[in-house]
Amino acid sequence: MLGLAASLLDGVLVGAVYGLAAMGITFIWGVMDVVNLTHGAMIVAGMFGVYLLVAATGVPAYTALLPILLGGFLAGVALYWIAIHRMIGRPPLMSLLSTFSVNLVLIGLGTAAWGTVLFNVSVSLPGFSLGRYTFPGTHIMAAVLTAAIAGALYLFLYRTRTGKAVRAVAANREAAELVGIPTTRILALSCGLGVALAAISGALIATLFPFTVLSGDAYQLKSFVVTVLGGMGNPTGALVAGIALGLLEGLITPFMPVSWTLVIEFVLFVIVLIAFPGGLLSVGQRRAVR
Amino acid sequence: MLRRPFFWIIAAAIALFALAPHGEDVELRESLLLAAVYITLASNLNLMLGYAGYVNFGSIVFFGLGGYFCVYFMGSLGWALAPSLLVAGIAVSVAALVFGLGILRLRGVHFALATIGVNEAVMAFVTNFEPWGGSTGIYLSPELFQPLGGPAQALWIIYYLLVAIMGVSLYLSYFVKRSKFGLGLLSIGQNEDAAAVLGVPTPRYKALAYSASAFLPAIAGGLYFFKGAFVQPADAFDLTLSTEAIVITMLGGSGTIVGPALGAYLYEELRGWLLTSETFANFQLVVAGVLLLLIVQFAPDGLMGFFYRRWPRLRRWLE
Repeated sequence: MLGLAASLLDGVLVGAVYGLAAMGITFIWGVMDVVNLTHGAMIVAGMFGVYLLVAATGVPAYTALLPILLGGFLAGVALYWIAIHRMIGRPPLMSLLSTFSVNLVLIGLGTAAWGTVLFNVSVSLPGFSLGRYTFPGTHIMAAVLTAAIAGALYLFLYRTRTGKAVRAVAANREAAELVGIPTTRILALSCGLGVALAAISGALIATLFPFTVLSGDAYQLKSFVVTVLGGMGNPTGALVAGIALGLLEGLITPFMPVSWTLVIEFVLFVIVLIAFPGGLLSVGQRRAVR
Repeated sequence: MLRRPFFWIIAAAIALFALAPHGEDVELRESLLLAAVYITLASNLNLMLGYAGYVNFGSIVFFGLGGYFCVYFMGSLGWALAPSLLVAGIAVSVAALVFGLGILRLRGVHFALATIGVNEAVMAFVTNFEPWGGSTGIYLSPELFQPLGGPAQALWIIYYLLVAIMGVSLYLSYFVKRSKFGLGLLSIGQNEDAAAVLGVPTPRYKALAYSASAFLPAIAGGLYFFKGAFVQPADAFDLTLSTEAIVITMLGGSGTIVGPALGAYLYEELRGWLLTSETFANFQLVVAGVLLLLIVQFAPDGLMGFFYRRWPRLRRWLE
């Protein structure tokens, strides 16, 4: 019984990071109605970012998070200008294909550079013991940092002028343009923020589990599951749904091989998509970014 | 239908594929075999992508599952090739129909997300599924080639069957486009709400198109993996092939019938060149990605769109 409780609690810690990853995808969707299919590749970029920074400079993994946040932001702004800018307002098919093609380029470069072998980032952080069970320090640290980043995002969106402009563009782009908000710049900034969230979550995941260049696909799928659970375009929902998904994984792992989780999550994803297309948490409620 | 020149253009293309390689010309045959697989995959993807305007990122699932079913029927149940192929095709189509009726109530982006998930989930499932060999896959005994007259002759038979599947794919695209069903799909692609208001049963049509686009790729997959006498999850659900089908369709021109075939031929040439080039051998995905990005951004209607604009009279001859 205590084993299950420990597994669930650990699931919550890991799930918070899934929520952070999903916030990246849901934020971009909420602001510009674009599904960012480079999400998985950006998560992997964050993983390799932390790996390379630690290997090259020897700094602790958590110090490397700041340059990754910045790098993710710049990559996101670049992504906006390369793949998304010309797709705004066109059928969703086009932005899907466009971001998908950038994803191919990134994955292709990644496999050419590093192959598909496993990497891991070793972090020594004392765990927290509860009876026979020990919660790894990295899991606790990841959840704490996730909470801090989510809080910062909230403060940005609701307490700053730029954040207000982001929400205005999400609510109605044309009206925002009319009242003098530089919408294109806001869109580029939002794309940067969304990708920065993906990269930073990737960096945090790298401190938890080993990874390969192709790990992005599985985490991207998890992000989709979390996004539809929490409602597309709803960052708060994404965080809550991420924790819910972590709980589910914590519930599954004691009873089943880990490799089955992706199948179960996908089945859950399809069921939720069909039964609650607006998301479980936002039944009868508009997107929270708006 | 027989009076239309396009019907005979397709027939000529099939004849060209069937007659071009003979005797010892194995190299040309292998190259054309791959082109036939590409054309089959792209034409069937085009039913969803080009006609109904729904991007299916997981079209490779049909191919891979077809391969698995066929290899399993032959290797473990001892069936002959023909019934294995047919039952594999039907099984995958039925699975696609059931799945399609569920997810095709979803529109646009949600549907695309679901198709990405399908690939991951099916691959995870097969990797864990012991009767299908888990992550090591299934090997076929070379003796299974004996009923076809030994390995050398079996490869030729597989080639002709794949060319036939390619031909059926092209005719399927053509007949669907000329039918009321196709008109319904094209109207969904233009404006799904308007189509629904005008009485097109949109969820049913989308599910049917999804299921129809599964049948021939599944059979092609069966032949392809029978040829290799081996199937494993990493090959069967390789993201590259799904991607290539999308790149090919967009390159040739989605929604046209010549487009996917033309795109497949050009892409196969490009790929052959990339594989032999030292610099680019490892960058196949990168090149495909850059190509797709350029098409989507600057020429969303592909080569056929360009030809039609340059020579509008082509529309009378080609579809």
